[in-house]
Amino acid sequence: MFPTSFQYRRAETLQEALRLFESCQDAKYLAGGHSLIPVMKQRLAQPDCLIDIGSIEELASVEDAGDAIRVGALVTHARLSSDPLIDANCALLQQAAAQIGDPQVRNKGTIGGNLAHADPASDLPGVMLALEARIHLAGPGGKRSIPASEFFLDLFTTAMQEGEILAAVEMGKRPEWGNCYLKFEHPASGYAVCGAACSLRLGPDGECRRLNLAFNGVSAVPFAAGRVAEVLTGSRLSDEEIKRAVEEHLQVPEPLNDSFASGPYRAQMARVYARRVLAAARNQMT
Amino acid sequence: MTASLFGKSIKRREDPALIQGKARYTDDLKLPGMLHAAMVRTPYAHARIKSVDTEAARKMKGVAAVYTASDIETSGIPGVVPVGWLLPGLKTPPHRLLASDKVRYGGDAVAVVVAEDPYLARDAAEQVWVDCEMLPAVTEPAQALAQDAPQLHQEAQGNIAFDWELGDSQAVDDAFNKATRRVDLKLRNNRLVAFAVEPRAALADYDASREKLTLYMTSQNPHVHRLLLSTASLGLPEHKIRVIAPEVGGGFGSKIPHYPEEALAAWCSMQLERPVKWTATRSESFLTDTQGRDHHTTAQAALDDQGRLLGLRVKTYANLGAYLSTFSTAVPTYMHGPLLCGAYAVPAVHCNVIGVFTNTVPVDAYRGAGRPEATLLIERVMDLAAQECGLDPAEVRRRNFIPPESFPYATPLNLEYDSGNYQGALDRVLEMADYRDLRQQQERRRQDGKLLGVGLSTYVEACGLAPSSVVGSLGAQAGQWESGEVRVHPSGSVSVYTGSSPHGQGHETSFAQIVSDRLGVDISQVEVVHSDTDQVPFGWGTYGSRSAAVGGSALAASTGKIIEKGRKIAAHLMEAAVQDVEFRDGNFMVRGSPDSAQPLAAIAGAAHMAHNLPEGLEPGLRATTFYDPENFTFPFGAHLAVVEIDPDTGEVKVVRYLAVDDVGQVINPLIVDGQLHGGIAQGIGQALYENAVYDQGGQLLSASLLDYALPRSHHLPSFELDRTVTPCPHNPLGVKGVGEAGTIASSAAVANAVIDGLKPYDIRHLDTPFTPEKVWKAIHGGE
Repeated sequence: MFPTSFQYRRAETLQEALRLFESCQDAKYLAGGHSLIPVMKQRLAQPDCLIDIGSIEELASVEDAGDAIRVGALVTHARLSSDPLIDANCALLQQAAAQIGDPQVRNKGTIGGNLAHADPASDLPGVMLALEARIHLAGPGGKRSIPASEFFLDLFTTAMQEGEILAAVEMGKRPEWGNCYLKFEHPASGYAVCGAACSLRLGPDGECRRLNLAFNGVSAVPFAAGRVAEVLTGSRLSDEEIKRAVEEHLQVPEPLNDSFASGPYRAQMARVYARRVLAAARNQMT
Repeated sequence: MTASLFGKSIKRREDPALIQGKARYTDDLKLPGMLHAAMVRTPYAHARIKSVDTEAARKMKGVAAVYTASDIETSGIPGVVPVGWLLPGLKTPPHRLLASDKVRYGGDAVAVVVAEDPYLARDAAEQVWVDCEMLPAVTEPAQALAQDAPQLHQEAQGNIAFDWELGDSQAVDDAFNKATRRVDLKLRNNRLVAFAVEPRAALADYDASREKLTLYMTSQNPHVHRLLLSTASLGLPEHKIRVIAPEVGGGFGSKIPHYPEEALAAWCSMQLERPVKWTATRSESFLTDTQGRDHHTTAQAALDDQGRLLGLRVKTYANLGAYLSTFSTAVPTYMHGPLLCGAYAVPAVHCNVIGVFTNTVPVDAYRGAGRPEATLLIERVMDLAAQECGLDPAEVRRRNFIPPESFPYATPLNLEYDSGNYQGALDRVLEMADYRDLRQQQERRRQDGKLLGVGLSTYVEACGLAPSSVVGSLGAQAGQWESGEVRVHPSGSVSVYTGSSPHGQGHETSFAQIVSDRLGVDISQVEVVHSDTDQVPFGWGTYGSRSAAVGGSALAASTGKIIEKGRKIAAHLMEAAVQDVEFRDGNFMVRGSPDSAQPLAAIAGAAHMAHNLPEGLEPGLRATTFYDPENFTFPFGAHLAVVEIDPDTGEVKVVRYLAVDDVGQVINPLIVDGQLHGGIAQGIGQALYENAVYDQGGQLLSASLLDYALPRSHHLPSFELDRTVTPCPHNPLGVKGVGEAGTIASSAAVANAVIDGLKPYDIRHLDTPFTPEKVWKAIHGGE
């Protein structure tokens, strides 16, 4: 596979990366390369310039930010799935990252690249919604942050503006929560035909106090099942309650449709996987 | 003398280089001054070409040439890739190296760009402007045969390439008149992408001063490629073409055919007098490598009340794709029809196959080639027969098997099965699986709402292709014998030249085992040379599980000739009568006098020094055999699959897979087991995952590994294998062949298991592949 010719620049700092972007025509940021390089090899993307942000140290750390964990854009899936801070506080992210691709992909692919690419079948977008993450962006006009729920706009389309870099992701700590990410894997690609992410907290009485449920792979953008979460909050999460809540309240926005899985089937898988992740997350806490 | 390694699991000699990345494939080769070719294709599966503008591409810096069909025509070469097997009434529209009037599938190239590097070649290819008028496409036989269907070739009206039949239609009618029960089946055998891990590649080096072309290429049969390049594509005499297949990374049939791209690389090198390399991208492999299967079949079986088959009628539409690939005509006919009885004594059979052109990638041999299609059909029929007669699937098979005492067995479809014990293989696999317990388990699981399916498949394959006169009478434009030359060097080491052309099978190991065993020479002293038309006398190549049975037999025969000559020399040196000299454990000796022993090396030395040879005997110690087999060989076996089905999602998981295969004598059990493992995995792939899907316009939707699912290790259980050994009675090694056995049996075993698992839902039949949504819909009904 042979891409068109392009220039290559390496940035050592965030500021330098932003400056280089301004000075290049039709540039793209390159991190782990696991989303961008394949489409370049197929000549579906033909950027004139690649700005390699892979050695910017400030983007490569996992930090304890008090109530939250801040994960730099360059943190690889392998680190997400093995970092003790993430494991202790955002176990849902740890679980999902461990299911991405294969060891080679996890060793090179990064959380920032994954989210910025906004592949609907990717494993992390649903997790970001379920963990109510904030996405930190750095751009020519300065820094800003937006909730994950406002980040994904469409297939391969995000709220990032021209020249902006996804710098970090921040998630509230959830040390005593039950978590489960499960996916119905496409047998060819390993991507999620339906990925379901659930994070929940029970009170001492066994009642559900907080609950997040979100999906990727099912629709063009990841979505949170807010209504299901609402209905189940305060319940005891019995199998019967879960089943009823999912059947009556799970709304799937315009499911994707391809030769492997039709829209109605994907929507049905969302219901099946919703039940499974809810039960599994609950079981962790009881 | 060293202990014989024949029948021993020695490690493959090929593997250290492969594992360490030291093996050299075609694309690894670089020659000074080498140019790179890229093909220009259109985005259409069917279109009329109005013009091809190469001006802009030609002017780009670093571009050596851009050629279109008219350049090839002007050069006066024959310029086609031909079909190699003719059938009565076959329509043979030309397949030109570059499309001139129309493109007929997405892989049809209209121009070739040659440039200094592969990036430039692709940049320039994007600057070739093809003006064409899109035409409606057909991708399925039913569409292609419709009244007002778009026509692919003016030479093939109605898009029909052939209409072929075999068997006795009247006898089948009579069988149905007698029958008390019948089974009807409509079956689609899904189309598969062959997917060799190494893409096709060619490096052509034309030496103008010697007028000689050397072509390194990914080939399963270099001599066949040389022959077709010479006579049909380039017009260069055979002695001026040397085809070398370096390391070849898998083929599964897709590197048998002669394709345009390799011939184009050669022609470009002849035009430019510089080496030219072409390597398919993975996308091009999906778009141009011949695909497999794609049968649309209806079948009826006549039965008596006891579940015995009285007759079988089969009608198949074979989707051939856009052109007739080299052996595309033989695969759905002679490689398929005669095997439709499987392991069963079916007195009357009739089979009609209609070959249809569509705007899809040409179809040709794919592991098993016709025989998996036959096996899937007859094994589905057997399960339906069991259901119809209220019998267990194992019992209905038992009632229909050809009994072990009736070999050689003449089938009603012109084959003579050589040897077998089909019941023996089935009994063994049922025992290994604890079949009765499995059925009880299934019942218990069903009561708990869990779906467990158990499926059987037995098979007989005709392989070891094949007696030349037989295939010749059936239309093959090729012989099917094999050459094997053994040269014993003066110091006693041995070089072996085989016309088989391995691409993963391990010939360098197993053929060395044969020769080492026969000559009593340490295996380290035996080298196997293959895949080079200037080194090997001739060869028909590796496919159809033929290498051991035909190529190996040729070598065994040559070692016999070496020993015969050695005895004459030894007798002369020992001053003994030839009939008193025996060859044992690598030594020639006077019978009963071990002190007289002379090793092969001593006799080889004497043969080459030739100071003292029997009168009239030529110096040297080498022998060549052109071995033409008496018959096909007929491996057989019984497989059993256990699947779990998730009723909520429709996902199927193979949880146990057991197989008992009989491939005759085994040269190297490790290699044989490896072949079975790969073959079984490939057949499970067809049953559960793999499917080449085209859209209405003829675009291949499953055109990358993101969409086309190959089975991976985590999809598969650990296989439980055993074998019985029924030697082949008509070749010197007793071997039958194992390259395709696993694939031939496993799709059917899994299909039967899945459909068995769905019994609580009253499902009679589903077509492969059993993708989750298909199974889910079958369970939950409706769309």
